[in-house]
Amino acid sequence: MSGSIQDTFFEECEELLEATDEGLTAIEGGDHDPEVVNAIFRAVHSIKGGAGAFGLDDLVAFAHRFETVFDEVRSNRLDLDPKLIQLLLRSSDHLSALVEVARDGGEVDEAHHDTLLAALDEYIPEEEEDLTFEPMGLGGPAAAPEVIVPQEETYRIRFHPLKEMYGTGNEPFFLFQALKDMGELTVTLDENELPGFDSMDVSDSYLAWDLVLVTKEPRSIVEAVFEFVEGLCELSIDGDGDAEAEANALAALDAMFSAPPVEAALPDPAPDTAADSASAPFEPPAPAPEPEAKPAAAEDKASAPKAESGKQEQRSGPKPTLRVELERVDRLINAVGELIINHSMLAQQIANLNVSDTRDVETELEGFKNLARDIQEGVMAIRAQPVKPLFQRMARIVREASAATEKTCKLVNEGENTEVDKTVIERLSDPLTHILRNAVDHGIEKPEDREAAGKSRIGEIRLSASHRSGSVCIEIKDDGAGVNRPRVKQIAIEKGLIPENAELTDAEIDNLLFAPGFSTAKEVSNLSGRGVGMDVVKNAVTGLGGRINISSTPGKGSTFTIILPLTLAVMDGMVVSVADQTMVVPITSIVETMRGSDDMINSLGADGTLLSIRGNFVPICDVAGGLGLYRESDQQAGVYLLVETETGQRCALAVDDIHDQRQVVIKSLDGVCGEIPGVAAATILGDGKIAMILDPESIIAASPTAAAFDTERRMSNAS
Amino acid sequence: MQAEVKQTDQEVKHAEHSEFVSFTVAGQAFCLKITQIREIRRWSPVTILPHAPADVLGVMNLRGAVIPIYDLSARFGLQQTEASERNVVIVVSVHGKPVGLLAESVSEIISINPDEIQETPPVDSRNTMEYIQGIISHDDTMVRIINLDAVISAPEQVML
Repeated sequence: MSGSIQDTFFEECEELLEATDEGLTAIEGGDHDPEVVNAIFRAVHSIKGGAGAFGLDDLVAFAHRFETVFDEVRSNRLDLDPKLIQLLLRSSDHLSALVEVARDGGEVDEAHHDTLLAALDEYIPEEEEDLTFEPMGLGGPAAAPEVIVPQEETYRIRFHPLKEMYGTGNEPFFLFQALKDMGELTVTLDENELPGFDSMDVSDSYLAWDLVLVTKEPRSIVEAVFEFVEGLCELSIDGDGDAEAEANALAALDAMFSAPPVEAALPDPAPDTAADSASAPFEPPAPAPEPEAKPAAAEDKASAPKAESGKQEQRSGPKPTLRVELERVDRLINAVGELIINHSMLAQQIANLNVSDTRDVETELEGFKNLARDIQEGVMAIRAQPVKPLFQRMARIVREASAATEKTCKLVNEGENTEVDKTVIERLSDPLTHILRNAVDHGIEKPEDREAAGKSRIGEIRLSASHRSGSVCIEIKDDGAGVNRPRVKQIAIEKGLIPENAELTDAEIDNLLFAPGFSTAKEVSNLSGRGVGMDVVKNAVTGLGGRINISSTPGKGSTFTIILPLTLAVMDGMVVSVADQTMVVPITSIVETMRGSDDMINSLGADGTLLSIRGNFVPICDVAGGLGLYRESDQQAGVYLLVETETGQRCALAVDDIHDQRQVVIKSLDGVCGEIPGVAAATILGDGKIAMILDPESIIAASPTAAAFDTERRMSNAS
Repeated sequence: MQAEVKQTDQEVKHAEHSEFVSFTVAGQAFCLKITQIREIRRWSPVTILPHAPADVLGVMNLRGAVIPIYDLSARFGLQQTEASERNVVIVVSVHGKPVGLLAESVSEIISINPDEIQETPPVDSRNTMEYIQGIISHDDTMVRIINLDAVISAPEQVML
């Protein structure tokens, strides 16, 4: 149970940290809107509150310090100068790190932690230290609470809960505690209604309380405590304040209605009042209970799942959202995949029926198909997410990398709202991190060098995402020195990746970066030199069915381009037959297809064959041979698919026949069998049969002819 | 009255006995606990997995899921089965994943008292020793109880 609550907390933390990052980035960009500052303050405060509930002391302590500095900024006692902004950014990064440590375990960088704490302390005036532990209910626009002159007031409160209130899991104790936190509270129990022991109904409510509260808080705040039990109790609050105070309170109330809530971790109303709260999503929150009251609040939250969705609604602004387990969506995606397969099976069955007039059926079937496609697109859209959170995390990577290398870089994000499949986003994180670290470490020059080269001292890395004809394009562009080609080549020779006298084109040299076992760092820096090279990046991208390219101009910078399929679940494929088996080749890898005749085939050596295409010779790679299959029938491979590999090498895949081009649902072979060379995944065809989806790249790599040809070409280039 | 008594008898019997499905593989009788079996299907041609070992016949579409099919006979080191329409695929669940096992034919459901299970006598074949959990005598024939977890190793190590 506590595990799941904690999970929820960490999920929220992620959102809150994103919000913090987003706000800080805006501030860094010159946007000093008080609302932005407030938003960050609220986010940090919520993290602190949640962390308190789980006893994450380090996190609480740091968040508190961080928040206090923000409080100073909020009340205009501190100026947001660049130095402070940098500190805040680093603190935000550290806060993320602390959350990660709390969630996944691991070590906090103590020295860094202490340095930041000390740096933050410098901005905190001594006497203000405890200020932020006061209720944050007035977290609206900074101006509103400031104008109210705190004045002691006495409220007489009569509180008589109805039995329904207990049914919703509300507990008077916590209400009183919240009140007590505001000032001096006297509680008197009124048990007059309590009947004799015999006539007592255990489920009924007989107790009432008379409370006297002396506080500086305005009436609205006091009322807000009872927000969630409204209608569930008989309540009267009599204050001795004058009309002016009343007006102030109203103003504060207005301010709060226009501001997003600060604290959402309060016990939510139970089902019967949930409707009320949903209709007014911007309810003023009750004053924050102190951390020790939080565990109970968290428990309430878990027992009332409605609270979750309601809260989600509030945070994401005007668009209502729903938090759904990923597994449920995946189940739906699978089912839709089945539906599409089922449709093609049905169509095939009808075609086999030999009924003369199938027009009506076909019309209906067409409608069925369109509906299925609609559902599929809809379901895919559920999985699609904007790359924004990913990009925001990358800003942190660049900051950390810059600090470690003593360079100044800024990351410019473009196309943050481009939507990509969730899995793709998750699996892009590592490769992107690596490329960006590399860009800072190897790409961007030291500030002095940049100045000498006539560039701005601040290096710029541009991270952009865009949709490009059915695929997603992610570009990482730096304005650094570009690939040091002589050095790259020298290293490749030293490592035995290329022969000493090899002559390579610029593009070929650049692509050497992706070769396994290649690392250019002169000494292994603790930044990018972590034992993984760009080949790992390339593998990760190809693992997602994508491609990665690099282009570089000396002195101007390098650009990495990652092209990814829009979704991992469906792709366009060409249905071919190979050795009596039906297989699918991804359309994206096919350059052209052709039927071959004998005079197009030229032998080279004992086994090698080349296909002549308009005067060019490309090696032929027999798919059946590459997969270790043999043909039972006499059919010969007569159709060629011209494919291009990452390195730009072309190869003709020989297959028996081409049947069709269609969208296929990708079925992973993970867990079914180990990795099969030449096969990427499987799919189910219209007849219910499984077909292998081929991976041309690995077929070519495994093919002796093509591989040999590749080496030969390199050698002939070299001589 | 009589019927009632009979039912109680049967219940007692149920409590003591486990039910096994017996089938033949390469002429030998084997069995699996009925609770391990998800379904039994007639053999239909499978899709060949390239570079697969001889005892992996290929993959089959089981209501949208891709499941691997093993040739039990080849797995046991017996001759490879020439799969035909008469053969059956026993779908079992191993390590939480469905897996198909090709058998010659299914024989019957037998009820076994755990006491009847004999330990496998040591023979000079490690494979056999690993794959067979025990043996029972049923109608004067020897039925081998398959140790499913040993026959189908965890998915990561299934191949290569």
